Amino acid sequence: MQLTDLTLLELASKLASGETTSVEATRACLARIAQVDGKVKAFLRLDEHGALAAAEASDARRKNGNPLGPLDGVPVAVKDIFLTEGVETTCASRVLEGFVPPYDATAVRLLKEAGTPILGKLNQDEFAMGSSNESSAYGPCHNPWDVTRTPGGSSGGSAAALAAREVFGTLGTDTGGSIRQPAAFTNTVGIKPTYGRVSRYGVIAYASSLDAPGPMARTVGDVAALLQVLARHDPRDSTSAPADVPDYLADLEHGVAGLKLGVPREYFVEGMDPEVEASVREALKAYERLGATLVDVSLPHTKYALATYYLLAPAEASSNLARYDGVRYGRRAREVKGLRDMYGETRDQGFGPEVKRRIMLGTYALSAGYYDAYYLRAQKVRTLIREDFTKAFTQVDALVTPTSPVPAFKLGEKVNDPLSMYLMDVCTLPCNLAGLPGVSLPCGFTKAGLPIGLQLMGRPFDEAKLLRIARAFEREHDYVRRPAPI
Amino acid sequence: MKLTVEQVRHVATLARLSLSSEEEERYATQLSAILDAVAQLQELDVSGVEPTSHATLASSLLREDVTRPSLPPEKALANAPAKVGTSFAVPKILE
Repeated sequence: MQLTDLTLLELASKLASGETTSVEATRACLARIAQVDGKVKAFLRLDEHGALAAAEASDARRKNGNPLGPLDGVPVAVKDIFLTEGVETTCASRVLEGFVPPYDATAVRLLKEAGTPILGKLNQDEFAMGSSNESSAYGPCHNPWDVTRTPGGSSGGSAAALAAREVFGTLGTDTGGSIRQPAAFTNTVGIKPTYGRVSRYGVIAYASSLDAPGPMARTVGDVAALLQVLARHDPRDSTSAPADVPDYLADLEHGVAGLKLGVPREYFVEGMDPEVEASVREALKAYERLGATLVDVSLPHTKYALATYYLLAPAEASSNLARYDGVRYGRRAREVKGLRDMYGETRDQGFGPEVKRRIMLGTYALSAGYYDAYYLRAQKVRTLIREDFTKAFTQVDALVTPTSPVPAFKLGEKVNDPLSMYLMDVCTLPCNLAGLPGVSLPCGFTKAGLPIGLQLMGRPFDEAKLLRIARAFEREHDYVRRPAPI
Repeated sequence: MKLTVEQVRHVATLARLSLSSEEEERYATQLSAILDAVAQLQELDVSGVEPTSHATLASSLLREDVTRPSLPPEKALANAPAKVGTSFAVPKILE
């Protein structure tokens, strides 16, 4: 077995016992990246020097008997949306080319404080706008299960790097499903924590009321260990929640006996891939066998979630992205006729088509005469969607649904059809509108060998229970152990 | 709802985007299709429903109003495309 075939917790255990070193693990990751990333294109840039220096420092701490924590020395990588001090951060956009942040995002700082070498910055959709990683200004990322297909988006690089066994854990962000859908497409595990659970400080903003940073890894336990590092109140983020953080690994093996799992009928949508539906139904039966009770529930406003999301998120994006004007950082158009021309040309040259489309949509929804009809109405429908969940959680401990209605689709298949692409988020984005935690974990494969994901959604700040429910299924199945054919 | 090219041009001006005529045409078609799709929200009765701007927060949390160190000017300006002393430099605003 290669070192890179180990899970994050297995590597942590070998580092603790002295069977391997962080430098060996980091070099193994770099070798694997050199071997396969030409095909996967998960990394936008490597920080080989920084990662090896961090690994050497970690090994020195281990040798002296004072590691920083259980993950000290475990190599990870982060989506290019996270600010990394001294390492170029572009959010996969030309408009931020050359931007070298003067500070770390809180999530990155916490990883560094836990001793993890950070291998580099991962590919994504530009400004996290997309469901296929094809809107990256640096070219699409490829799915290690079939390189002609998308790994999902927007955290496509974070998922593909894990599936290709280039790294042990990654950071992603989830605004409408951007952690969970790529996890489903790549046979990996991702958690979108409750809004406010993980700090957004230093995470380049897309839609501020929906953005949720979170960890991705190859097993439920690995994700739980990473969340343990990341979940804490951050006074630098006014939306960070001062909530208690439980021990996410403590109850992981406690099973689902006695728990009530809701099956929302609206999530088994028309047009859903039959193989996806069959796998999810099998997973539901597995939960019953494990002692959970399945409860049929209804979330009647689900069908309005897509429209609500695609008004609110672009509206917030149009405001957040106003800062890219060529004045303070990133790209500036040359040979312009005055300030206004500089703004327009800089933004036109810097942004890709999907980002422009969402800025235009958001600006329209917020403009005079349309605000009440679009933006305000969407905010009210968001209330109805939240209330559906609140009501459901009076009956059940968690909800179980497909993560995506289809498995990974072909690159280029939907890129010119925005509405069809937006439909890819139909199962994941209600969770963001309600601010709830959601997990995606592997639950099978299609006959063609494409991964299928199962989504669990829970009450606010109930990540521990979701991870426990996810682990109960994972323990009974070997999907996470199956390597991608890359 | 069909958006005209003139409307797209107006929105682009508000959004500070200099679009080509080809982009204006394309966005007129694509945004019209998206607006048609989101029009389904009009069928709901939302009278008396409070809007949700943030899903889980009752109110924004505020820090103590105390001064503290921030980025030094040289770091804050390090990424500027153009600067003069400790200021960001921009093209002329008034002719």
